[in-house]
Amino acid sequence: MTTIDTARLVAMFATIATATSADRDRLCALDGVIGDADHGIAMELGFSAARDAVAALDTGATDPTTLLNTAAKSFLNAVGASSGPLYATAFMRGAAAVKGKTTLDDADVVALFQAMAKGIQDRGKAEPGEKTMIDAWAPAAQAAGEALASGKSLAGSLEAAAQAAKAGAEATKAMVATKGRASRLGERSLGHMDPGAASAVTVIEAIRVTLTD
Amino acid sequence: MQTKKIINDGNRAVDEMLEGILAAHPRHLKSVDGSPRSIIARDGPRQGKVGLVIGGGSGHEPSFLGFVGKGLADAAAIGNVFASPPPDPILECAKAVSGGAGVLFMYGNYAGDVMNFDMAAEMAAMDDIEVRTVLSTDDVASAPRDQRHKRRGVAGNFFIFKAAGAACDKMLSFDECERIASKANDHTFTLGVALSPCSLPQTRRPNFEIGPDEMELGMGIHGEPGIAREKLKTADEITDEMLDRILDEMAPTRGDKVAVLVNSLGSTPLMELYIMNRRVKQRLDDIGVSIHASWVGNYCTSLEMAGASITLHRLDGELQTMLDHPCDCAMFRAG
Repeated sequence: MTTIDTARLVAMFATIATATSADRDRLCALDGVIGDADHGIAMELGFSAARDAVAALDTGATDPTTLLNTAAKSFLNAVGASSGPLYATAFMRGAAAVKGKTTLDDADVVALFQAMAKGIQDRGKAEPGEKTMIDAWAPAAQAAGEALASGKSLAGSLEAAAQAAKAGAEATKAMVATKGRASRLGERSLGHMDPGAASAVTVIEAIRVTLTD
Repeated sequence: MQTKKIINDGNRAVDEMLEGILAAHPRHLKSVDGSPRSIIARDGPRQGKVGLVIGGGSGHEPSFLGFVGKGLADAAAIGNVFASPPPDPILECAKAVSGGAGVLFMYGNYAGDVMNFDMAAEMAAMDDIEVRTVLSTDDVASAPRDQRHKRRGVAGNFFIFKAAGAACDKMLSFDECERIASKANDHTFTLGVALSPCSLPQTRRPNFEIGPDEMELGMGIHGEPGIAREKLKTADEITDEMLDRILDEMAPTRGDKVAVLVNSLGSTPLMELYIMNRRVKQRLDDIGVSIHASWVGNYCTSLEMAGASITLHRLDGELQTMLDHPCDCAMFRAG
């Protein structure tokens, strides 16, 4: 059993910020093909702001819920765009899912992860198959839940999530966009990976790395 | 290879631009204290008047804050380049211009803008400010005719905001302002053509690829792909192709009256816009549609993208009155 405390969540945001920053130009290029080429910038800005905001908290006096809400607000206000409301809602829902806990066990982390995916889906009103970030987040959340239920550790569950996210993002290449900015493209969106799904893989992998011993 | 830009720091570009705009237009504009991305009109917002808040991403200047002023929008919420503003600056705009008669949110129909403005509207409701939203969907290239509600809002915002701003300034009721705003959108049709890409200040890389002899019909104002990639044609051929699609949608009859906007996407010069406008006039003359007023220039740009858009705004008596209503904004004046 792994125990995740607030300090580990602070580290998680630092890792996500580093990963999205390193990924910025690839994400912008993916977005340029079917959208407006700014997705990498929004992700870098948002997670840098979240990293800085949670790093400024006193971890000893902060519970995971407060930390996640702080991350949500700072991400939203730094970015706006589409990713702002989507990731802010993810973290606020995650915060609500672990309310009252001071540390998180394996089941808590998976519940947090699943609440994030649900939050993104609710805010974006997207269903799987519409070529959005939910095509990575939804299978990842499902895989994490199934892995945990089958007796896997947190590491095993997040590994399953990361694999499912990767496969989900890959599958967006064969989808025609019906939501978001790329939806006006119709058939022309075929063959290209959705940038939101691509960045979801990066975020989920960074979560896996930091929350796995 | 990075594109050439006159900037200091890509991440500071929007805020430094805003400082420059406030320095240039102190008579018209100010920012809300503590919320530098909320720009409000010095004159305009008043008790009993429906407040009009517009907004969207930066990089489209003079949209959106150039249309803030007496007789037009009361405030604009400013986002990062090509990105919707977050809810907070939108909420601050709503609070600053609320005159107790309701606040109208108007912006182009993009998923990100809709989420952020809707969140701001929910927050405003908690402050007892009633918000209604009218989305602009004038880009005929961005979805089929039977799915007009899915279309993007582009340069036609100019006419749509103008009509709504006039209705608000005339102290009409919330219902009437909303109705006129929505009608103005229904009467507005835009199509763009792009010749070369733009580049974001943070990346300084062209945001799409296009051949030296190509143009993209219907490209969006953020470089979203359009409806067809074609060989570059002459000004008359391009204008005809754009007008054919616009007129097919607008379905004018002889004797109709329109307002015309020929808009640069950023780097296409006035010379080329006026060559297009000459053809617009010829074509409208041919079908017996009269031009009440024309605007030619930079109204809704896409950074340094080359290309142009044509907007026709079909007028009836009411919309003509709204268009002719005086306004005095930082970057636009009428009447």
